[in-house]
Amino acid sequence: MVPLSHYLIVSAILFFIGVLGVLLRRNVIVVFMSIEIMLNAVNLSLIGFDRFLNQHDGQVFSFMVMAVAAAEVSVGLAIIISIFRKKPTINLDEFNIMKW
Amino acid sequence: MEQFIFYPLSLVCIIFAVGVIINTSPISSAVSLIGMMLGLAGLFVLLNAHLMAILQVLVYAGAIMVLFMFVIMLLNLKGDDEDWKMRGKNVLLASLSGVFVLVVLFMIFGYGFDSEIGKTAALPDTFGTTAAVGQLLFTDFVLPFEVASILLLVAMVGAVVLAKTKLN
Amino acid sequence: MLSLTWLVPTFPLIGSIINGFWGLKIGKDNVGKVACGSVLLSFICTVLILFGLIGLPADERIYEQVMFDWIVAGDFAVQWAYQVDPLSMVMMLVITGVGFLIHVFSIGYMKEEYSYYRYFAYLNLFMFAMLILVMGSNFLLMFIGWEGVGCCSYFLIGYYFDKQSACDAATKAFIVNRVGDFAFLLAVMFIFYIFGTIDYTEVFAAAPHKLVYGGETVIIITGFLFLGATGKSAQIPLYTWLPDAMEGPTPVSALIHAATMVTAGVYLVVRCNILFMMAPMTMMAVAFIGGGTALFAATIGMTQWDIKRVLAYSTVSQIGYMFLGCGVGAFTAAIFHLITHAFFKACLFLGSGSVIHGMHHEQDIRKMGGLKKHFPKTYITFLVSTLAIAGIFPLSGFFSKDEILFHSLMDGNIFLWGMGITGALLTAFYMFRLVFITFHGESRVDPHVHPHESPDVMTRPLMILATLAAFGGLLGIPLIHGWHVLHNWLEPVLHIDWQTIVVNSSRMLEEHGHPAHLSHLLHGEEHHDAGTEIALMVLSVGVALTGIIGAYLCYIKYPDLPEKMTDGQWGYEIVKNKYMVDEIYDESIVQPVVKGSRLLWKEADAKAIDGSVNGVAQIIGWCSKQAKQFQSGYVRNYALAMIIGFAILLLVAF
Repeated sequence: MVPLSHYLIVSAILFFIGVLGVLLRRNVIVVFMSIEIMLNAVNLSLIGFDRFLNQHDGQVFSFMVMAVAAAEVSVGLAIIISIFRKKPTINLDEFNIMKW
Repeated sequence: MEQFIFYPLSLVCIIFAVGVIINTSPISSAVSLIGMMLGLAGLFVLLNAHLMAILQVLVYAGAIMVLFMFVIMLLNLKGDDEDWKMRGKNVLLASLSGVFVLVVLFMIFGYGFDSEIGKTAALPDTFGTTAAVGQLLFTDFVLPFEVASILLLVAMVGAVVLAKTKLN
Repeated sequence: MLSLTWLVPTFPLIGSIINGFWGLKIGKDNVGKVACGSVLLSFICTVLILFGLIGLPADERIYEQVMFDWIVAGDFAVQWAYQVDPLSMVMMLVITGVGFLIHVFSIGYMKEEYSYYRYFAYLNLFMFAMLILVMGSNFLLMFIGWEGVGCCSYFLIGYYFDKQSACDAATKAFIVNRVGDFAFLLAVMFIFYIFGTIDYTEVFAAAPHKLVYGGETVIIITGFLFLGATGKSAQIPLYTWLPDAMEGPTPVSALIHAATMVTAGVYLVVRCNILFMMAPMTMMAVAFIGGGTALFAATIGMTQWDIKRVLAYSTVSQIGYMFLGCGVGAFTAAIFHLITHAFFKACLFLGSGSVIHGMHHEQDIRKMGGLKKHFPKTYITFLVSTLAIAGIFPLSGFFSKDEILFHSLMDGNIFLWGMGITGALLTAFYMFRLVFITFHGESRVDPHVHPHESPDVMTRPLMILATLAAFGGLLGIPLIHGWHVLHNWLEPVLHIDWQTIVVNSSRMLEEHGHPAHLSHLLHGEEHHDAGTEIALMVLSVGVALTGIIGAYLCYIKYPDLPEKMTDGQWGYEIVKNKYMVDEIYDESIVQPVVKGSRLLWKEADAKAIDGSVNGVAQIIGWCSKQAKQFQSGYVRNYALAMIIGFAILLLVAF
């Protein structure tokens, strides 16, 4: 029987890999994918808790997370496409006009 | 018995996740991500969450990642970036993140999840099936459900508007 | 009758308002009529009130008319109330009577001036303020009148405001007055602190009980009151504004700087006679300053060549005599001299105004001479008034000046009398010098100037004033018991209850362990030797005649004598330049203040205060400059910030 803590440890590690990806990569697409990793890690811990508390609420929440992730990805990629038309680069550091 | 599935599967997930952030080429990162999601689906099955496992494969790996692939290929992105180098800033951030991982782990263990919450009561057979989750979705959580559908509608409209080519 | 009191100051106020706002519209003739009419109505009311006051028995001649409760603030309550008693009655008669004559004179004098209405508006406003000063029933109302007359003096001296010298003179008068006003105000505040009230009747009734004879409190109060009086009445050390105030039109000099405003200080001292009588040290100071100023100003008057300056220094000198009288306790004599001085000095100033007007505004007496035949009426009145000021029997000036000199010898000391009698000699000398140079001798008049006598509207007031100057002495006939009308009239105001003072002061002094030797105060009125008085009278007439003969010798018989005597003498130059007092004040007081202010402006205000206020703004600017660096535009920096915040939340929550 795998105890809950192990699932949570896996979820934590995945989450922080996602954080690393967001902070360290300069490629916009890769940053997006790291965000997906984070969302998935959260899904894992939600469903893990559900299993061990004998409820379904976490799964419903995870369902919503998935829906939102889908919406977010589509809009985000649309934004990237429209920015890419102006300035054909995928280097995040070059999108810096909105500053002081 | 369960452990023999769990540990390899989680290892696979973690390796693929690291692969996402290490790879230079975005296509390779995307493929790694798909691998990670499939691994995660396996973990969900292990947790008796059958519906979620299938949805994970269908929606995430099937739709979202395909979308990613489309965009990468549309923009013809190559890995024109430099490699992820061991720059000073990066080391700092990585170590910071490592510290956080350790802190969270410590807290997890501190709460003693090994005790009673770890012990499972017998699960009903209908746990995690479509019927059970669907039941909840249409009774207790119908409002979030409807709102999520409107959200998807809005996102669809937004995506179309944003990505449209300007007609001269 | 007595209830007409409130009308007396109100008529000039109404006249001032009408002339001030509608003066241009109603035309010059009407302006003159409104102004003189209002003062005439005041004078008539004053006379009626006088009859009402005479109707009361002697020791009840005090009438208070309350207009309204003005300030009520905790313990401090002041009413706007008029007090009519013998002293204020005398002042009111002088002010409205002489004021009316001067208003009539002004109609003729100012006929060709621009801003005719402005002059009369200010003149009426001055009458209002002066009447408030003498009619007020408490110190605060007196102070309002005090400030009001100072203000109107500023307006009227600076009447010809396109002349730089006139503006400077007006500012100088106001500022020098201000120094005195500050002292006056301190004294009033101190009075309130000691007595809890500033109403005359209450303060003077409580004085014997609350104050110690010769104690520090009463000396401080009276000292500051006197300092305020020196400012308004142009004594040493605050007299420097009066000669420069001659920049204003001549009737203004007559009214303000001869008859009324400058006598406000004397009125103050006489009103507070009980306070001053309890402070022997202040009285000594008053007497010596008065006598000293009388002598000092007389010496300067001998050297001046401007007809109005001579009269200005003469005013300073004569007011010095009034203070000399106050200082030795002869308050009646001081008021007597105030009245006679108002008559003859107003006549002299108006006479000089007539001459100036007829000479088309020439004021230098070296350019006059032999005007006797051109100005016959002016000459007669001028001569009568000069005889009065010199103190020749039987004109009014003789009686009043002689009474002061007598009391200064009997109740004062020989030095005071010496200063007084020398001053009298010099007064006779320089006044007749003025007459001889201006009216006698050969004409040194500029051929382009055609002197002519003034019209009736100007000479009639002169004649009335000359008559008053001649016969005013009837108010105070000495030696014959009961014939001193003024003394009997002022008795209720000047009566001092020595018994209570001695008893209370002895008690208070003994409580503090000082032995009290005050019994000498109980001696009561001493009756002076009639023989001494007659001898002194003869002496003063002789001195006056000596002065006149001296002037005759110097300016008629041997006209070269003065030049030979004074040519090259350094003493003469110093006296002619007014002992350089103005220059000394400028160097020692004015320049340091100006430099200090400039320093405060440049350093404290511009650098320190502005700097700190601007500095606050700059600090905010600096802070926001540092803070804006958060908005780098890099998405990853924002993501990092989010992660860090999330981590802190985690740590804090668990």
